[in-house]
Amino acid sequence: MMKANDRPGLSLSGIVIRLDGKRLIDLSATVLPGEVLTVMGPSGSGKSTLLSFIGGFLDPAFQAEGEVSIDGTNLLNLPPEARRAGILFQDPLLFPHMSVGANVAFAIPPDVSGRKQRRRIGSAILAEMDLQGFEARDPATLSGGQKVRVALARVLISRPRLLLLDEPFSKLDTDLRVQMRDLVFVRARDAGLPVILVTHDEADAEAAGGLVYRIDAEGKSHG
Amino acid sequence: MRIITRLLIASVIAGIGSLNVLAAEADVKDWPAIEKAAVGQTVYFNAWGGSENINAYLEWVAAEMRERHDVTVTQVKLDDTGSAVAKVVAEKAAGRNEGGSVDLIWINGENFVSMKQQGLLLSPGWATSLPNWQYVDVENQPTILADFTEPTEGLESPWGGAKMVFFYDSARTDQNDLPDDTAQLLDWAKRNPGRFSYPAPPDFIGSSFLKQVLHEVTADPAKLAGPVDEATFDADVEPLFAYLDELHEVSWRSGKAFPQNYPDMKQKLADGELDIIFAFNPAEASASVRAGELPETIRSFTFPGGTLGNTHFVAIPYNANAKAGALLTANFLISPEAQLRKQDPMYWGDPTVLSMEKLPEADRAAFQSLDLGVATLPPGELGPVIAEPHASWMDRIETEWRRRYASGN
Amino acid sequence: MSDHSPAQKRTTGSGTAFFARSAVLITVALLVLPITFGLLGTLLPAFGYLPVLGGNALGLETFRSLFATPGLAHAAVLSFATGLAATAISLVVTMLFMASFAGTPVMTRLQHLISPLLAVPHAAAAFGLAFLIAPSGYLIRFVAPLAGIDRPPDILIPHDPLGLAMIAGLVAKETPFLFLVTLAALPQVDLIASRRLAASFGYGRIAGFLYLLWPALYRQIRFAVYAVIAYSSSVVDVAVILGPNLPGTLATRLVQWMNDPDLSARFLASAGALVQLTVTVGAILVWYGLEHLGSKLLRFARDHGYRLATDALLRRFSALMIGIIGVTVFAGLGILAIWSVAGLWQFPDLLPESLTLRSWQNALPRVLDPLRTTLVTGLGSTLAAIVLTIGCLERETQTGRAGGERGLLILYMPLIVPQITFVFGLQLLFIGSGSPYRYAALILVHLVFVLPYVFLSLADPWRALDRRYEIVATALGRSRLSVLLSIRLPMLIRPILTACAVGFAVSVGQYLPTLLIGEGRLQTVTTEAVALASGNNRRVIGVYALLQTLLPFIAFSLAAFLPAMLHRKRREMRV
Repeated sequence: MMKANDRPGLSLSGIVIRLDGKRLIDLSATVLPGEVLTVMGPSGSGKSTLLSFIGGFLDPAFQAEGEVSIDGTNLLNLPPEARRAGILFQDPLLFPHMSVGANVAFAIPPDVSGRKQRRRIGSAILAEMDLQGFEARDPATLSGGQKVRVALARVLISRPRLLLLDEPFSKLDTDLRVQMRDLVFVRARDAGLPVILVTHDEADAEAAGGLVYRIDAEGKSHG
Repeated sequence: MRIITRLLIASVIAGIGSLNVLAAEADVKDWPAIEKAAVGQTVYFNAWGGSENINAYLEWVAAEMRERHDVTVTQVKLDDTGSAVAKVVAEKAAGRNEGGSVDLIWINGENFVSMKQQGLLLSPGWATSLPNWQYVDVENQPTILADFTEPTEGLESPWGGAKMVFFYDSARTDQNDLPDDTAQLLDWAKRNPGRFSYPAPPDFIGSSFLKQVLHEVTADPAKLAGPVDEATFDADVEPLFAYLDELHEVSWRSGKAFPQNYPDMKQKLADGELDIIFAFNPAEASASVRAGELPETIRSFTFPGGTLGNTHFVAIPYNANAKAGALLTANFLISPEAQLRKQDPMYWGDPTVLSMEKLPEADRAAFQSLDLGVATLPPGELGPVIAEPHASWMDRIETEWRRRYASGN
Repeated sequence: MSDHSPAQKRTTGSGTAFFARSAVLITVALLVLPITFGLLGTLLPAFGYLPVLGGNALGLETFRSLFATPGLAHAAVLSFATGLAATAISLVVTMLFMASFAGTPVMTRLQHLISPLLAVPHAAAAFGLAFLIAPSGYLIRFVAPLAGIDRPPDILIPHDPLGLAMIAGLVAKETPFLFLVTLAALPQVDLIASRRLAASFGYGRIAGFLYLLWPALYRQIRFAVYAVIAYSSSVVDVAVILGPNLPGTLATRLVQWMNDPDLSARFLASAGALVQLTVTVGAILVWYGLEHLGSKLLRFARDHGYRLATDALLRRFSALMIGIIGVTVFAGLGILAIWSVAGLWQFPDLLPESLTLRSWQNALPRVLDPLRTTLVTGLGSTLAAIVLTIGCLERETQTGRAGGERGLLILYMPLIVPQITFVFGLQLLFIGSGSPYRYAALILVHLVFVLPYVFLSLADPWRALDRRYEIVATALGRSRLSVLLSIRLPMLIRPILTACAVGFAVSVGQYLPTLLIGEGRLQTVTTEAVALASGNNRRVIGVYALLQTLLPFIAFSLAAFLPAMLHRKRREMRV
């Protein structure tokens, strides 16, 4: 395995996303492992479509072009489930019909075989998130902060190549927001993941500390 | 989607192409061969399913047939015999000349005439060659050989008789005030408005009432044995409709609605909506009393001058799938044992088509010891039989009835 | 389309995508082909072509004799008018009640009562109503001792010439249907905000709802309303039980002709079926006109600022109507239940003299076979319908495109084209194909009618599920199939089971298709019930109507109970 700083990271080149001919996104950038690229723009500016495009979920109504590669692999040639682009939305979106443990276990890659082994890994990551012994809990009984932590544990354990954050902190109250922001960025840096953060909150951008792109009316981005 | 269309069209063409393969007909005279051929067959017996005790009787028939001949008899319950005829028609239309879905039909009158004329019946005549035909009372029951004056020619086998009788509740209606003929019935209805009616034709019982009236108001009833004479039809039926016009004014719901059928009238007798009803099965009332559907005060009466009587039959469609099984079933239905049970009011109560004189001693004794029930008239008091008119009359009268009373004018 | 769509292509090439695409194709074929071929099979005899009966030449002779039939015009007008009246009343009651109570606790409580109400088959509800309102019925028995009545009065209900009893029976069944359809459409409008807004301007609850929300809601339920018109104007069983019979409605005449021993009546039946189609289409066209009139009136009232601030009376009236409908159907079932165990029960006794299980004992051994056929057909067609529906909806999820108005219209086709006009033609076709697969054919024909209901009942919950759950799961590395099986389907287990229950109930209730395609060899509880109903034995009717009601009721109970069982430890899944 390459060390984080040996890898070329995430490269976005000439990405243009249009809706009915109107340009929403026009952007090129490189995000090194552990770094955060923040994309800022008012709501409705289409900034989330960038994440959908990278993840492979862009609605067919949009037209997109450009290249996305991660550590030299062309991401766009892969089906969405093979891109391993972990996503966190503003809601934790824990699967309500599964226990906390099952939510996490669902994300463990298939090459980890054996029930015991999978369970051990799941428990370990929950423990790292201060959620020891939460395996059997119903997600609906967790607090807001606990839910975000389960969601984070779930995405990290899936061994993503990169992290896509779609305003993940906007629904939290101020104290929790600061805590969670730190947790997510620290974790991403430790795992050496390139991160794209979409937000309209200046504080998010500040905490992320990386490049900031602002979307203007033409979809042009400014560094 | 185009592929599916083609497939469908192809299958239709293929279906029509595979027609006209006729199976070797079974020879009725060679009875052992028929018994052999029938083993394992399933006979779909299309019979009116609106009466629980009749359905129960047919289940007994099915059990006996399975045990004796290893033939499965399945009753296809109809709400109208016409729909079984319709099935055979549809099959003929589609060219399914064998392996048809109807093996045996409970039939008589118009349906028989219609099927006979359309060539939808198994022919040549087979009924007279059935082993049990030897007991059939062809001498005293002319309606066995002429169904609504249409010669049966062995194309259908009898399995029960019918005779029109009237029922009333002796707790409500004075026995001495009962009518002796249709003219008195009209007077009675005028004295008891809203308490008499009859099922709307083409219901079988309702049509029969019209025929009873027609017979009584027609000066020369012999005329009814022949087909309708179009030239004189209007004049011929004028007395009938004059009678009905008068009757409707004082009948149930003022003739703006009619009971659906006999069981409907029975319910209305129980409810007290009707005071006099009639049926074609003299033992009906006793059976209903036993079933708790009518009170024990129900009694029967009939017209001294005679009421309509007929015979009902079973017939086999020309394309029946289980012809041997159907023949065997038809034969069983006129066995002394099946007929005895059929006449027993515990089970059904229909007058038998067998001749007491032709029966072996033991069977005759069994028939004579049947308890017919308190509401049933003994066979000797049923009165004379009036024969059904030619089938063409009912056709025209039903249409005329509908034009006058059911077209919403 | 995206310039970079290799991923998209790969997805659509997978097994899930193939399944989804095939499902759409099969579904459209199932909805369109039987109707097309069935209508063709009806059309040819109508113009004189049915070789076996000597009809070889195309011509208008059949129509000439059809129009010469006494009472035809009356029957057609009756079908037309009762159909429109039943629809109008059902819709107005639904609309007023929704306007009065949508978003209130009353509504939340009522929602649970609607499904069982829908589960009651039409015939059973009609019998129940008849047993209530007949001159020897239960209502009059209540007042009989007070009014000194010892014999049932000689009044013409049901079967009244204007068809009022029949309209009442239809309203009792169609209102819950429209109610449920409207309820399903409700989440698509902003109820709470609109209510507040209207109230702040001083509009009454009803007026505010009608001005701001009703037009959008109505657009959603329009085809359902057309289906109600089509059903009401061509229904057979309810018309026989409650409708006028001298003459009856057009549909009841058609069935008579189809069963007429005079075989030439078959031509009349086919031509009559076309008249029936015309009557139904005509009723829908008139309704279309009424829609425009209604929306003009609504706009007029709105533009004049009529606020109807004091609408308490109207609100209470709508609640009363819904209450009467519920009580009538359930009380009717209760009376059916009593009749099924009644011994001698004479007028005006409120209860039978004796109780007996005789009717049940007689019926039960005999009902086993039909029961099995009912279950196999119901489960088979429902299973096929739910798989196809899931396929179609999955296709919709994958492509991001819903069927739109046209798709909705195709879906409603089997409900809008009167059954009687194409099932007869289908029967000819089935027999003509010489196919020995009767069971399969029966399930297939049921599927035509089950599919739309299953689809309509699952589509909204399916579309309402937050797509981000699937995005998250896919991003976690799960294939489309895995996401479908372990995320979407389990999360939608309740609506899926409810859709199955709806489909099963629809299958159980099918009369005409079962009668014609089953050809009497395959009998269901419903064909048995109607055949026995011809005997008019109230005890037997009671038994069969209850059995007929029981099956869908069990299905709905399972649909409610199973998810609660499965997810008893998951709070969010309980809703």
